[in-house]
Amino acid sequence: MTAWRELSRFTGDAVLVASKDLRIEWRARTALGQMLPFAVLVLVLFGFALDANRPTLRLATPGLLWMTVLFATVVAVQRSVAVESADGARRMLLLSGMAPAAAFAGKAAAVAVQLLVVEALLVPGVVLLYDADIESVPLVVATCVAATVGLAAAGSLLGAVVAGVRAHQTVLPILLLPVSAPVLIAATRAFADGFGTVAVDGWPWVALLAGFAAVNAVVGAVVYGPLLEDT
Amino acid sequence: MTPPESEGAASETLIASYLGGPARTGSRFTFWLGLATLIGLAGVAALGLLAAPADDVQGDAVRIIFVHVPAALGAYTALGVTAVGSVMWLWRRSVWWDVTAHAGAEIGVLLCGLTLVTGMLWGRPTWGTYWEWGDVRLVTALILFLVMVGYLSVRALGGDADSVATRAAVVGLVGGINIPIVNRSVNWWANRTLHQQSSLTDGKLADLTLFTLFLAFVMAAMAILWMMVHRFRIGWLERQLQARDLDEALAARRAEAAR
Repeated sequence: MTAWRELSRFTGDAVLVASKDLRIEWRARTALGQMLPFAVLVLVLFGFALDANRPTLRLATPGLLWMTVLFATVVAVQRSVAVESADGARRMLLLSGMAPAAAFAGKAAAVAVQLLVVEALLVPGVVLLYDADIESVPLVVATCVAATVGLAAAGSLLGAVVAGVRAHQTVLPILLLPVSAPVLIAATRAFADGFGTVAVDGWPWVALLAGFAAVNAVVGAVVYGPLLEDT
Repeated sequence: MTPPESEGAASETLIASYLGGPARTGSRFTFWLGLATLIGLAGVAALGLLAAPADDVQGDAVRIIFVHVPAALGAYTALGVTAVGSVMWLWRRSVWWDVTAHAGAEIGVLLCGLTLVTGMLWGRPTWGTYWEWGDVRLVTALILFLVMVGYLSVRALGGDADSVATRAAVVGLVGGINIPIVNRSVNWWANRTLHQQSSLTDGKLADLTLFTLFLAFVMAAMAILWMMVHRFRIGWLERQLQARDLDEALAARRAEAAR
């Protein structure tokens, strides 16, 4: 019974933090007003960079899409960190008495929701702009969910590492992008199957994405407390 | 022969009295260790460049393994030390392990870079290309290198020593845990390797080549130990200096308040 109560309290706290972040984003319209145009812009620029060559674009679509998502992750995490830096909000989070792991889960969930919105725009975007065909909807959806949870967990954790540092906007990409390499590789391969551009089996890649998500979520939940206390 | 006195002996005594302990990073042990390492490395260079035979297939290019393989093993060892040190800082708040982790990261990045450069130089005549995307170890080593460069940039952010230690330790931990996933993903992605599996055990290497490689391993280990000890002592002194400054500032404020 206590375990159940603990769990429901954990979930309640996480939902509280996530809804707080999303409410701030919704009212400030930063996610909608900056991240979505940014993501579409990157898609268009890739089109210019590859000389609007349709066969090349079709072949490169999965990789380009996930590069765009990685960039959007950096932007989303920077926003998520900025929200916590203002007015000593991190201290308040620490003093609120909620489990640091729940706060971490909430922060990561808010980033994940925003990334899913971006992906919901990008996938139709590549169908329109790059002539991509979706062959397996379940595979595409599963890849998006698994990759997004992983990126949000790793991003929120590394975002907390650089929070409160003056140079945090330049350091975050250096930390996040190399660690995200497996997500880029795995999600690109899974999408190559989902879009039918390369004959591979996408589902083992989804499993690898889920593994990445699980590992980074657990590490984040464990070390978020010390990070909040020390920095 | 005794260890040579440093030029700034006067300022050294000043720092020593300020810290209440030795302010130098060298000692009799590291002096002799460093000297022996230098002589040994000269021996490796002589054996490797002149005495060891050229390979039937690879020609003189094979000689680069005397640098490449010890550097690669050294890099993984040093970065392993960083991963352990990161965990020990987060778990036990051990300053000793924190300073050790920092030392390991700096030396590991150096050796990892050396591994990548020598590997590329060797790859050009042997594989016909500087860079092979399909090679799992190569790509994994590059990602590891980039993660650890990020670790060092977090270390360089400055600020309170404990807070920097925690930030860096999380990066070290995240990097260390994700490296196997990176390796797995590159492995599935490329599904091939150009690295020969075990030139050491298949008996194809000449005796002199094997001996030179063995000597190179020992010398690399000694060089790494020498660098670790010095870098550790620098980090330790920096920590003490920071704590000392804080103590003095606190005392000054208290004196002001008492007045």
